Amino acid sequence: MTESIALLTIFVLAAFVGVEVISKVSATLHTPLMSGANAIHGVILVGAIIVTGQAESMLVVVVGLLAVVLATVNMVGGFVVTDRMLEMFKGPGARKKELQK
Amino acid sequence: MIPTWAQIGYLVAAVCFIVALKALSSPKSARAGNALGAAGAVLAVVITFVAYKPDNLVPILIALGIGAVGGVIGSRRVQMTHMPQLVALFNGVGGGAAALVALMELGDVHAGETVAALATAFTVLVGAISFSGSIVTFAKLQELMTTRPVVFPGLPVLFVAAVLGGIALAGWLVSDPRVWVGVLLCLAGLAVGVMLVLPVGGADVPIVISLLNAFTGLTVAAGGYVLGNTLLLVAGTLVGAAGTLLTKLMADAMGRSVFNILFGAIRGGSTLGGGTASERPVISGGAEDVAILLGYANKVIIVPGYGLAVAQAQHTLRDLVEELQSRGVKVDYAIHPVAGRMPGHMNVLLAEAQVPYEQLREMDDINGDFKSTDVVLVVGANDVVNPAARNTPSAPIYGMPILNADEAQRVIFLKRSMRPGFAGIENELLYDPRTTLLFGDARESLTKLLGALKTV
Repeated sequence: MTESIALLTIFVLAAFVGVEVISKVSATLHTPLMSGANAIHGVILVGAIIVTGQAESMLVVVVGLLAVVLATVNMVGGFVVTDRMLEMFKGPGARKKELQK
Repeated sequence: MIPTWAQIGYLVAAVCFIVALKALSSPKSARAGNALGAAGAVLAVVITFVAYKPDNLVPILIALGIGAVGGVIGSRRVQMTHMPQLVALFNGVGGGAAALVALMELGDVHAGETVAALATAFTVLVGAISFSGSIVTFAKLQELMTTRPVVFPGLPVLFVAAVLGGIALAGWLVSDPRVWVGVLLCLAGLAVGVMLVLPVGGADVPIVISLLNAFTGLTVAAGGYVLGNTLLLVAGTLVGAAGTLLTKLMADAMGRSVFNILFGAIRGGSTLGGGTASERPVISGGAEDVAILLGYANKVIIVPGYGLAVAQAQHTLRDLVEELQSRGVKVDYAIHPVAGRMPGHMNVLLAEAQVPYEQLREMDDINGDFKSTDVVLVVGANDVVNPAARNTPSAPIYGMPILNADEAQRVIFLKRSMRPGFAGIENELLYDPRTTLLFGDARESLTKLLGALKTV
């Protein structure tokens, strides 16, 4: 029981942190922020690896591997696409340098 | 039990995620923040391999490789205008992965472990909703299907039936955790997701993506509870909470409630995406007339919108603005928070066309400037300059903050047709005697304008 209370405590505190950290975001960054948050939940990959690693039946392994593929697409694709969006927000100095190249 | 060092490693990864989200809230630190988030994710995966020593290692690594290659290729190749649907797709597969993980865990959940069973049921149901909902969103944005709200007779009944069926199956699963009940629950979730998103109009889709993003976060958190994994719990909750707030911020910026967006079309009320062309007289001009207006102005403000994104006209627009600037015209871009298909969408598009960041000005910053502006050029936008938001309490967008384009001396609209914007309501500004309309695809109109401008 204590363990579930500890997990519940973590849940509630994390919820407050989640609201707090993005409360001052400018509208300009809403899209990259959504995309970045989207990448972070790709960490379900950890869960997919754990479950697949403990799987005994062939069926569960197959389903687990599917979950690993999907979660990796979410995580890797999410971070890369966010980076691509943010690449566009470079200051004018950096952009000039690039043009000179 | 996981070793202590791994627990601490997970804690470090969780802190990475928190700092990453914080950094993503400011333009200066955003890119570093995203990199930190990615580093945290890699750390978490490495720790998992070492600490859990999973069986089936080789197949898992192969699956990981396939997913990584797919993710990189998808996100590298896609055009900037297609970014929103890619985010939707990534969100959907994440939700799907969470639902699958929970389904597989069902074998280990025993009757009597109520909270764990409840969390599992939640993950399966909401993960499936997020998956199918995101796929429909993707189809709408990619225009594989109509972007208009899809409502058919009996949809509300079917939707309620699917929701109730989902809840009943979840209850069954909690009292008797069996895999086949979980599979049924998953199917119910898929049906709910499809019917949840079908009636949503194209303009509201971004808000739905954000909402489904928050859903996926919560399913990951619940999955973390089931697995007793604190990292999943923290990361999922963070995204769930931040995503919920972000959804609300976006809906507020459009002056709409999330409830109305989701259920407006079902109730048959004033939903978005209606629209027949109006017969009222307007002043339309040719490219030369408009070019003269622009070329001899002192100060011009550009209001870009969804039509610019659809026509992929951002590069042409930048060329036009540079031509104006070379003639000594002062030009700014006014960016409404929800212009385009996602908040911030216009910034990303214009940044891609290498428009200097300081020329993009946010609504609150530029709204005072319209009074002293000679010409406002509205490119493929409508609702964000509709004075009805200020003057007509009965309008669905009443209360939405708008750009005060009507305060300028002259207004030019580049429009495809007289069809109203996504809000489906008339824009009085179109009929104003100071307004000139130039009909046509945004890119073609801008190209013609650019040509005409060089001759006047």
